[in-house]
Amino acid sequence: MSNFFPRWANWLPLQILICVLVAGAPVTLGIWYYFTPKYTRVGYQPIQPVPFSHALHVKQLGMDCRYCHGFVEVASHSNLPTTQTCINCHGEGKILSNSPRLAPVRESWKTGQPIPWVQVHRLPDYAYFNHAVHVNRGVSCYSCHGAVNEMSVVHEAQSLSMKWCLDCHRAPENFLRPPSEVFNMSWHPVSLARQMDIGTKLKQEWKVNPPVSCGGCHR
Amino acid sequence: MVRYFLLLLIILSVLVIGMAGLRDYSFLPHRTSRPPIEIFPDMVRQDKVKAQAPSSFFADGRGARAPIPGTVPIGYHSPGTPDSAVMGGTYDVVLFSGNADYANTGKLGTNWGNGLPFAATPATLQRGQERYQIQCAVCHGATGAGNGIATKYGLVGVANLNQQRLRDMSDGEIYNTIVNGKNTMLGYGANIQAPDRWAIVAYIRALQRSQYATIADVPADQRALLTGTNPTTLIKP
Repeated sequence: MSNFFPRWANWLPLQILICVLVAGAPVTLGIWYYFTPKYTRVGYQPIQPVPFSHALHVKQLGMDCRYCHGFVEVASHSNLPTTQTCINCHGEGKILSNSPRLAPVRESWKTGQPIPWVQVHRLPDYAYFNHAVHVNRGVSCYSCHGAVNEMSVVHEAQSLSMKWCLDCHRAPENFLRPPSEVFNMSWHPVSLARQMDIGTKLKQEWKVNPPVSCGGCHR
Repeated sequence: MVRYFLLLLIILSVLVIGMAGLRDYSFLPHRTSRPPIEIFPDMVRQDKVKAQAPSSFFADGRGARAPIPGTVPIGYHSPGTPDSAVMGGTYDVVLFSGNADYANTGKLGTNWGNGLPFAATPATLQRGQERYQIQCAVCHGATGAGNGIATKYGLVGVANLNQQRLRDMSDGEIYNTIVNGKNTMLGYGANIQAPDRWAIVAYIRALQRSQYATIADVPADQRALLTGTNPTTLIKP
C-alpha cells in the first residue's frame, strides 16, 4: 500500500493549531471587550413614553434635580415625579399645554394612571442601594448617572457593576464632593489633586467608611 | 489558504466592531434601546415589589399602594399625637396623620394661624431657602418677585410674593397654599414634607422683609459692609 496521505498532510495538525490560536485571540479580545457591563449596560437608552429632556430642564432652565426627584435625600430610591409635578407647569393653559409630545402626561393626569416611564438604571434585585445615604454624604448624582444635565435622552453612563461600586467604596476620596455641590451637575474639581484634597478632608470630617463586605449591599 | 483564513478573520472582526460599536467613551459610542441581556435572570429579577415598580399582583397593576384608611405605617407617629409635639425642633419627622391641628393644616380652629409650629432657628431659614430655591423659585423667582424661569416660557399669573396682600397673609394660609395650591398653582403637598413647608413659610417672610429693607434694618456694626468699598453692593436707604 502506497502513501495514503499526501506529504503536506504532515503539517496539517500544526497549521490547524496555529489557525485556532490566531482565531482565538480576537475571540478572547471580543469577549473581554463586549461581554462586560461596560459595554452591555453603558449606552442603554430606552425610548420613553414622553421625550423628556433633562438637558432642557436642568441645563437650560436651571431646575434642581430635587424639583422632581424630591425625596432622594430621605428615601432609599430616587423617586420619579408624580404626574402632578409635570402638570404644575404643563397643565391646561400653561406651558406647551397642547404639545402632542406631552399627550401621555395629559392622559395620565386625566385618568390617574401612571406614565409608564422605562427604568434606565436597574440594579440586580439582590443589591440594595440607598440613594439617601449617598447623596447626604457627598456622592453626587453625577458620579453614578453621568452628565444627565447634558442628556436630551437619558442613557446609562456607568457600568454599575460590582467592581465599579467597590472602586468607590474602597477609595471614596476620589469622588466625594462638598454637600452643597452634590446636586450641581456642572461642578467639577479643577484637578485630580484638588479632588483628592477635598475628598480626603470630607472623608475624615464625616467619618465616611463605606462597607466593602458582602453584607453592606447584599442582604 | 492561510491568506483566505486571515482575510476572513479581518472581515469578521470589522463586521463585529461595525455592528456592535465601541464602548461609551470612545469616538463611536454605543447606544441601544434594547434592554441589557441578562443571562441568568432568576436571582437578578426576583418576585418582589421594588419602589414605584409595576406589580401584576394588584388589580390596578401598581406596586405602590396608597395608605389604607385608619392605618399608620411603621415608624410614623400615630394620629393621636399632636403634630406640633411630634415635630419638636427637628426636620427629621415626617408627618403622617391627616391631623387637624395647626402644624398640619395651618388652621387654629376655623381661622388661619400665625407663627411656626416649632422654634425657628437660622438653620430653619437656611433649610427654607434651599427648599424655596428648589421648589418655588422655578415660578416665583429667587426673590419672590413672580419672575421665575417658567414665566419666561409662557407661564402667566404667577404671584409676586412681596406684594402687600401676601405680606399681610397669615402664615397658616401660606402654608395651606403650599400644600393645596391656589388658583392656577397646584398643591405641593405631595412634593414637600410638612416641616419643610413651614421652613419655606419662614423664608418667604425673610424675602418679604428683605424687599422692603432699608439701611436702618442692618445692624450698625455691619452697615460698613454694605456701604463700603464695592459700589455694586451699595444699598441706598
